[in-house]
Amino acid sequence: MSMIDIKVAAVEQVTPLVKHFTFVKRDGSPFPAFSGGSHVVVSMNVGGRVHRNPYSLMGSPADTDAYHISVRKQEQSRGGSVFMHENVEVGTSLQITYPVNLFSLAKKAHKHILIAGGIGITPFMSQLIDLNRLNANFELHYAFRSPEHGAFADKLKAICSDKLHCYADSKGERLDLLALLSKQPLGTHVYVCGPNPMVVAVIETARNLGWPENHIHSEQFLSPGIGEPFKIQLAKSNIEVHVPAEMSMLEAIEAAGVEADYLCRGGVCGRCEVNVLESDGALLHHDHFLTDAEKAAGKKIMPCVSRARCDRLVLDL
Amino acid sequence: MALAFKQETFRNDYKYSNSPNAIKRFPFPFAEDQYMYSVNIEPHVKGKTGSVSEFAFDVDEHYVGECLDKQLTLDLDRGRYAALPHMMDAQWDFVELTMEALSNDYPEHFSLKKEGLNWTWENKPLNIKQSFVFGDASTMPMDPFEFMSKQVQGDFVLLDQRDETLYADAGFVTSQADWSLAFDVGMSWREWHAPVPRATELGVMDRALKYLLNLQLGSPVRRLNWTMTVNPRLDTSPENYPLWGTDRNTVNPENVADKVHLRVELQSLFRLPRSNGIVFSIRCYLMSLRELSSYPRWAKRLHRVQKTMHPDLIEYKGMTKFHPMMVEWLSQFDDGSAMAVGTQPE
Ligand code: FES
Repeated sequence: MSMIDIKVAAVEQVTPLVKHFTFVKRDGSPFPAFSGGSHVVVSMNVGGRVHRNPYSLMGSPADTDAYHISVRKQEQSRGGSVFMHENVEVGTSLQITYPVNLFSLAKKAHKHILIAGGIGITPFMSQLIDLNRLNANFELHYAFRSPEHGAFADKLKAICSDKLHCYADSKGERLDLLALLSKQPLGTHVYVCGPNPMVVAVIETARNLGWPENHIHSEQFLSPGIGEPFKIQLAKSNIEVHVPAEMSMLEAIEAAGVEADYLCRGGVCGRCEVNVLESDGALLHHDHFLTDAEKAAGKKIMPCVSRARCDRLVLDL
Repeated sequence: MALAFKQETFRNDYKYSNSPNAIKRFPFPFAEDQYMYSVNIEPHVKGKTGSVSEFAFDVDEHYVGECLDKQLTLDLDRGRYAALPHMMDAQWDFVELTMEALSNDYPEHFSLKKEGLNWTWENKPLNIKQSFVFGDASTMPMDPFEFMSKQVQGDFVLLDQRDETLYADAGFVTSQADWSLAFDVGMSWREWHAPVPRATELGVMDRALKYLLNLQLGSPVRRLNWTMTVNPRLDTSPENYPLWGTDRNTVNPENVADKVHLRVELQSLFRLPRSNGIVFSIRCYLMSLRELSSYPRWAKRLHRVQKTMHPDLIEYKGMTKFHPMMVEWLSQFDDGSAMAVGTQPE
């Protein structure tokens, strides 16, 4: 996967729990433009281990001089968000992926209802700019704990004016999903990003009202290729290779100096297929190449994307 | 080194040929003696210097001739270009991608000057100079996508990604081959791949689709596809079948080497930044059997591939009429000895 080398150009505390980071490219060249709702995966070295966290890009997709993300400090952090809050400062160098959009706007929608909870506002920050530019019909519904946690509320007011509806929990303001979603015209799309119960509630409400499945959108971050660490034995090379949590099996095999075939590195082309000689646990197939029967048989694995939960896994390499 | 562009025609008198260098760099697609349909997608990374994959978009000696032929085809049938209204962001993405690639990779032929959103594009081989405001279609003489599709070799389809699939919602298609439907804007992935025999049942198309839905910005991919065409004709569209279909009956043992052409499509796919769409680029290379036989290894390989081709595929690729003659002509290069895997010429 191609990565972009970046440097932190500014850090701002937006709410007691949220920090806003501005990235510029280390070589000074502009970033690629992106589409509203895109995220990047930030890699950080936390005490010798690489963490990769996805964060939504905020700000205008047309602004290619800088990328903006906001990070909420998670109470139960695996280390990533705490590291961003405590160790990343102006001048820090990091690597990010190219933008990926798993939460894009439906270009043919007649109307867009955006529903955000807390830090879930971030993907909408860029989508709003696209919606305004396209002169689209939209409403933003933004729920947060209390006014001091309503990050970016002022900025949003400037962007959305009367299309913004805020709900502060501490003031007893509630978003009535049923009322909101039941009065929408045909061809409306709904988008939700926020805490899990909110996402579930929006999806369920819309479904129960008979909304078509492809008019309901929610953001789900899929960190690519992260899993439990495990060990493999390479029979031909006669070595043992440790596969760390954030590395693919293929990367670990390569790092151990063993040559393995590959083409797409995305689990589709079939080139990296290896025979499993022995295994005593579960193979976690993530590829699109092997058939279900082959996956069940457990004789083959695609090391570019798949993993295992085994004490003993011997590959024909 | 500046390219020498040839004066060529892809219809009527068919004034077309490949220079020795063009033959040498031809993307010969057969690494093995048997042809098997596969996804064969690989990262579209910078290839060897001088190869067709050295740059994102290959410009070669046929550039001017091909661009003129595109315009001719479009003049005869405006329906070869279409773009649905929601594809405007993708159109501008395409403009940026192609202008930046061509001006960076071939600075002696193309230049792009930017002052904020005020851009000036210059195409020396086609003698075009255009200033415009990026993002403002009213400052362009035609749709931005049409403007640039005419200036890059190959066909282009802009895909919109929604509902877990891809829709061909804009396209500039003037050199079709193997598409059994006229370019039909608005089709989904499954609709436009439906006619491929044997491939669907292998699930190849579903796998390719899943892969493409995850295609990343900054990591384009490519694959090769091939067929055989009678005469070096770019526009082998189904709707113009009466104009070229009968050419298949003109092949005889005397002219087979000069009439029958290996047609290779270098297909590449790029994720587009603003629209989150994908551009599907299909660049076509044509080489006669005689030109191909300047490398006996290629002729020998092609002989084996053709000899063992499944009848369904021969039919699907429209080769039934001249297939035996072609195999017969190629057989003179095949001594039957084993051949190592690989597509290199010699
Ligand atoms: S490299 Fe393509 S499936 Fe693994």
